[in-house]
Amino acid sequence: MPETPITDWLEVRPQGLFVRPGGFFIDPVTAVDRAVVTHGHADHARPGHAHVLATPETLAIMRHRFAGDPAGAQALAYGQRLRVGDATVWLAPAGHVLGSAQVVVEHAGGRAVVSGDYKRRADPTCVPFEPVTAELFVTEATFALPVFRHPPVAGEIARLLRSLSLFAERAHVIGVYALGKCQRLIAELRRAGYDRPIFLHGALEGLCRLYEAHGVVLGPLQPVTAVERRALAGQIVLAPPSALADRWSRRLPDPLTAAASGWMRVRQRARQRGVELPLVISDHADWDELLATLDAVAAPEVWVTHGREEALIFAAQARGIRARALSLVGREEAEDGG
Amino acid sequence: MRAFADLIERLVYTPQRNAKLRLIADYLAHTPNPDRGYALAALTGDLRFTHAKPAMVRELVAQRVTPELFALSYDYVGDLAETVSLIWPEKELDGGGPPGLAEVVETLTQAPRGAVPGLIEAWLDRLDANQRFALLKLITGGLRVGVSARLAKTAVARLGDRDPAEIEEVWHGLEPPYRGLFAWIDGQAGPPAVAETQRFRPMMLAHPLDDPAADGLDPGAFRAEWKWDGIRVQLAAGADGGDGGHLYSRTGDDISGAFPDVMAAAAFDAVLDGELLVVRDGVVAPFNDLQQRLNRKRVMPAMLTRHPAWLRLYDMLFDGAEDLRGLPFDARRQRLEDWHARVRPSRMDLSPQLDFADWDTLAALRAGARADQVEGLMLKRRDSAYVAGRPKGLWFKWKRGPLLIDAVLLYAQRGHGKRSSYYSDFTFGAWRDAAADAPALVPVGKAYFGFTDEELRQLDRWVRANTVDRFGPVRAVRPDLVLEVAFDSVHRSTRHKSGVAMRFPRIHRIRWDKPAAEADRLATLEAMIVESAKGPAATEP
Ligand SMILES: [Zn+2]
Ligand SMILES: [Zn+2]
Repeated sequence: MPETPITDWLEVRPQGLFVRPGGFFIDPVTAVDRAVVTHGHADHARPGHAHVLATPETLAIMRHRFAGDPAGAQALAYGQRLRVGDATVWLAPAGHVLGSAQVVVEHAGGRAVVSGDYKRRADPTCVPFEPVTAELFVTEATFALPVFRHPPVAGEIARLLRSLSLFAERAHVIGVYALGKCQRLIAELRRAGYDRPIFLHGALEGLCRLYEAHGVVLGPLQPVTAVERRALAGQIVLAPPSALADRWSRRLPDPLTAAASGWMRVRQRARQRGVELPLVISDHADWDELLATLDAVAAPEVWVTHGREEALIFAAQARGIRARALSLVGREEAEDGG
Repeated sequence: MRAFADLIERLVYTPQRNAKLRLIADYLAHTPNPDRGYALAALTGDLRFTHAKPAMVRELVAQRVTPELFALSYDYVGDLAETVSLIWPEKELDGGGPPGLAEVVETLTQAPRGAVPGLIEAWLDRLDANQRFALLKLITGGLRVGVSARLAKTAVARLGDRDPAEIEEVWHGLEPPYRGLFAWIDGQAGPPAVAETQRFRPMMLAHPLDDPAADGLDPGAFRAEWKWDGIRVQLAAGADGGDGGHLYSRTGDDISGAFPDVMAAAAFDAVLDGELLVVRDGVVAPFNDLQQRLNRKRVMPAMLTRHPAWLRLYDMLFDGAEDLRGLPFDARRQRLEDWHARVRPSRMDLSPQLDFADWDTLAALRAGARADQVEGLMLKRRDSAYVAGRPKGLWFKWKRGPLLIDAVLLYAQRGHGKRSSYYSDFTFGAWRDAAADAPALVPVGKAYFGFTDEELRQLDRWVRANTVDRFGPVRAVRPDLVLEVAFDSVHRSTRHKSGVAMRFPRIHRIRWDKPAAEADRLATLEAMIVESAKGPAATEP
């Protein structure tokens, strides 16, 4: 048992979660002096902090996105312990995207785990999630409704490849978030034996190169602009979701619009986005995985953030866990497209 | 079940007709009998399960899922079948594997009511989420995948390199799972035999025409009739049909169930072509009145009294067992008139033929027909046989000119499929005469066709440059652009804020030149409303 309750030293401030004995914030939404960042997505990694502690991969992603920033960066590999003020900090893999980590903070005999975003499925582009037992667990709740149960990825990839053979004259353009989903989808396609070039919207190229520099093999990639319009017939083209509904897509021959996201599970959401081929591929834990994680972490207290808190709090309380919603400004819904 | 579920899933999201056709044909080509036959029946709306009800499904899920979690989920998803299909707890499969489509259909058709919940529950335990969705939609009768019976049959035709009309010829004598049909399509047997009185004969259709004189048509070679504004139907009534005959829509859908009044009058042995209308005291009611009778499985007695159906006859295809379709139009017309005089059926009259010596006379008649109940004129060659489909040079529809107003563009919405990157659905408004000196634009209609590809590009550009607000896929624009909107007619409507509803509005011209202040007023539109009493009478149009 901790000597002091964790709630005495882990505070919710307008900027984000603050670890008082260490004097640092975790994933603050505005620029602060000291920040620990779980992963490179825009709703977690912000520019302008004076000092940043994160995995080497996350720091590389931040430098790529913020043109060199952060200046005062300290890399911490998974499992490596670091004394910060009166607290001990270490990072555990979160399985969300390359470099994504749970922040483990120990102080006065107690341990809190702030998981950031996480998933439990195998992902060829990042290290799998490791549950760490704790007194307090902060969890995301992006897909915290029992209707969200992600199907096996291999089945979704097979649907995409079937469509490609049936509509062989149409470019299959898939909306993917630039960090994580893009590279995971490519890696899963390669795993399914798809070895043709995959075409990229310009906004996706940089992070693909960064992944490859970190040892993730993505196979032949080409910018869309490198080939004639006709050559894109029957090819896979990846683009940020915003480009699908925009004039950019007009350069493609008879495009068939797909999207890879956990949201695609719900028809109304897929239709709103005008998607013809919804692929349910998510980088977040689904309902069953959220509950399994609560069991594995075995924390008597859980704070829920980042999405649909109500159902998860209900289910946690039914398990005898003290659970409450943690309303963090700017963190209402995942910004990584699920 | 998996292949069927995949098909349903793809169809739900696929807007283009051609892509739908390909998906269906591909499914039919790769799925064995009898599964593909039942899938086809599901698409054409020929499967009914009377015992499976949404309430039953709700009770099943209530036994498996905590009510609070179900309520939160249903609230988020919004559709019962979808919520249940997603939330159903997945147990370890029992090794039996998912049931086939045929197993589900055949078991459910024969099962007594009391056994149905247990069956559904056991199936839900053996299926994945997409298959559960397909199962629930299938048995509760609401596939809603945007596929008409006609489209599904066209896919069958494509599979066997046949003309869709050939499928229609035999369709109405067939029963799921259509083994005979597929044997024929696969080239393993001849066309399935069908009882003469039970089948739909593909209709003869007309080509549109702008000006018969300019097209060099000889007035002496043609007959002219009014083109009534109802729905074109075929009445196949047979003394030995055993079930009182069938009323078919132009696409071969059986709509007999919605028109018991017409069917009760069909106590003879003939196949007739005509226009289905609502007629009160000899006066044709507006199309909207007929609309209320369509799409109903059951008709209440009050509806039969208030909206009495009527058949205005154009042509005769069979007199008893005698096929008249090879005879010239004039000869068929004579047979129709003789038959009508002899049989005197109730609820049916003949569409009159119009007297004219030259096109000018006819043009004047057409111009006078500004009434709601007439869409224009039909011209039929006197020597034309009744040929299925749209043969060239025989029949023409000479529609009256459209009505036009100048309206102001208010909102634009992104389209679907090919048009998903374009703002292609346009809501437009007319000026309301406000009591004070603040005239306001009130939305009067929505159009998403009529423009060329180039005009679409121009409109899209204009919308993007003149957006003042956004709501999801919809943009509100500065009320500056005038559109000339063409439409067939306008009706009173309590469902629209403007109080009017336009029929077939389309963008006729973009009036880049016209100031918005000079667009039409709502009062102009109201003046174009045709009340039912003013229409041409049945006997003297
Ligand atoms: Zn994230
Ligand atoms: Zn996030």
